[in-house]
Amino acid sequence: MTKTLDAPPAATARRRKRFNLTRWAQGGGLHAVLFAVPVVLVYVYFSWGPVIQGLILSFQKTNLVQPAEWVGWSNFTYVLADPGLVQASLNTGYFALLALVFGFPVPIILAVLINELRKYDTLYNALAYLPAIVPPVAAILLWKFFYDPDAAGMFNTALGWIGLGPFPWLNAENSAMSSIVLYATWAGAGSTAIIYIAALATVRTELYEAAEIDGAGIWRRIWHITLPQLRNVIFVMMLLQIIGTFQIFTEPYLFTGGGPNNATQTILLKIYNYAFVNGDFGAATALSVLLAAFLGLLSVAYYFVTKRWSTT
Amino acid sequence: MSVADKLLKAAPAITAGEDRPQPPARRGPRRTAEPKDRGVISASDRKRPAVKAWLRIVQTILLVVLIVSGLGPLLWAAKASISPSNDIVSDPMGIWFSPNEWGNLLLAWNGARIGQSLGNTVILALGSTLSTLIVSVAAAFLLSVLRPRWGPWLSGAIIATLFLPGVVSFVPLYLTILDMPLLNVSLQDTFWAVWLPAGASAFNVVVLKRFFDSIPREYMEAAKIDGAGPMRILTMVVLPLSRPILGVIVLLSVVGSWKEFLWPMLVLSNPDLQPVSVMLPRLATGNSPLSVQMAAVFLTIIIPVVLFAIFQKQFLRGVGTAGGVKG
Repeated sequence: MTKTLDAPPAATARRRKRFNLTRWAQGGGLHAVLFAVPVVLVYVYFSWGPVIQGLILSFQKTNLVQPAEWVGWSNFTYVLADPGLVQASLNTGYFALLALVFGFPVPIILAVLINELRKYDTLYNALAYLPAIVPPVAAILLWKFFYDPDAAGMFNTALGWIGLGPFPWLNAENSAMSSIVLYATWAGAGSTAIIYIAALATVRTELYEAAEIDGAGIWRRIWHITLPQLRNVIFVMMLLQIIGTFQIFTEPYLFTGGGPNNATQTILLKIYNYAFVNGDFGAATALSVLLAAFLGLLSVAYYFVTKRWSTT
Repeated sequence: MSVADKLLKAAPAITAGEDRPQPPARRGPRRTAEPKDRGVISASDRKRPAVKAWLRIVQTILLVVLIVSGLGPLLWAAKASISPSNDIVSDPMGIWFSPNEWGNLLLAWNGARIGQSLGNTVILALGSTLSTLIVSVAAAFLLSVLRPRWGPWLSGAIIATLFLPGVVSFVPLYLTILDMPLLNVSLQDTFWAVWLPAGASAFNVVVLKRFFDSIPREYMEAAKIDGAGPMRILTMVVLPLSRPILGVIVLLSVVGSWKEFLWPMLVLSNPDLQPVSVMLPRLATGNSPLSVQMAAVFLTIIIPVVLFAIFQKQFLRGVGTAGGVKG
């Protein structure tokens, strides 16, 4: 009895240990490996590898000619001591804040309004999405022209009709960043609105009916039903927007190049300048790592805060 | 519970509000037969004159705003592309104009080499899309259908890249292109430098895997019993059933790489290889006349816009269901 009871586990253990190549290949293992090869190669070279390399590079000094040498934390101390970093961080934070306060509600309002259409809603959708199709480089060239600070400039002419302006737009320190936010809102609102519209379709209509029977007006229904029902999507979109705005590059690079007087200098512009203007890849990766760590901490904090809000 | 499952449990936040990819069997009649649900405003609200009037006013204003902001810049670019420079500067808001400068477009196409760089953009967009498709389909098929024992680890590693801000790997990715580790080749100034990194798109893997998961297993079992290997199951069963989601990925990826600026600028320094998005800013800082610049802008915009006009429905549905995570 004991003999038969003891035997099977030992046998299976030995069988598992002995790896049978032909059986493994016949069971589909070979195919799985063949499918994995391109995937793993591409991810190792262009995704996982660079992330690890970035962490390593931030502790090294390299100029691509001599072999890299370890320099400890000096890249970090160099980057943190850079007098321009405070300004760039403040600018980036200011951009994120402006985009959050003025830009973020736009697609939500757009989505709620479009969702109430009973006819032509595809026309509205398509029109709203159009700016997302236009390549940013082309759009920025156009907007740069629209932002002409001259009184005959496009926006200034239009605002002149109602007695406003002329505004300096990108040419003044205190309005350059807001001008970029205005452009970014135009460029991004439509595609975000489409996501909200998809989310609005999942709001349970019984809730509206119940609220209506209880005598809630249209505004109160939006405030107490639509927005709370969209809560989770709003939280995710807000986090994605914050992460995106902290990594803003193309817009300030092409609109102002960081000027006037560094008013639109952002962290990513600094990273770009470290790496591709000064050739200091160590400093560039150190600042990248700092920014990524900050965004990671921000995401974790955000996750816990919003988790509490979304359960209560 | 595996690593991947845990990460996917954390992931719904990303795809919240997304209805699951519909298997193709349900497409078509579902959309048209179902009457549109009510929104905030009920049918009885709509009958009240005040609500009716307000709705009409708000919707008209919205339409005007959308036309001005959505269509306005495009129409303006179209107008400017066939106007003389002086008119563009002196009267930017002028509606009446004589389209007498068709030569602008020709100048931009040949003189400013927009034609050639547009060709490069097309090559880059198609190549990037192909590489995204190959890698993402292979990964999703592997993780959804073949399910090897080490699958969850791969899945976890791919999904983890979604949570990392792109900025960490940006500079080292450039150094990788300059000198590919182990291979010791430089991809700088080759299209591969743009094509290959485009393949590592974790978001598309997630979207595709979810779609593959929704395909009934019976189809694949049946094909297997008929003697089909994994490759045949992929090409004869899975891919034909996934046409809608593949179409969405192709569209979004083509437009996405059309818009790409920073990366091609870094890795393609040879003007003969540069896409139009890299060429345009240089044109603007150079001394070409404004009218030619605007013609170049118009030529850059028009192709994705036409693409959008044709596949509008797929775009909007794709962004609505699969959207959310950018990059």
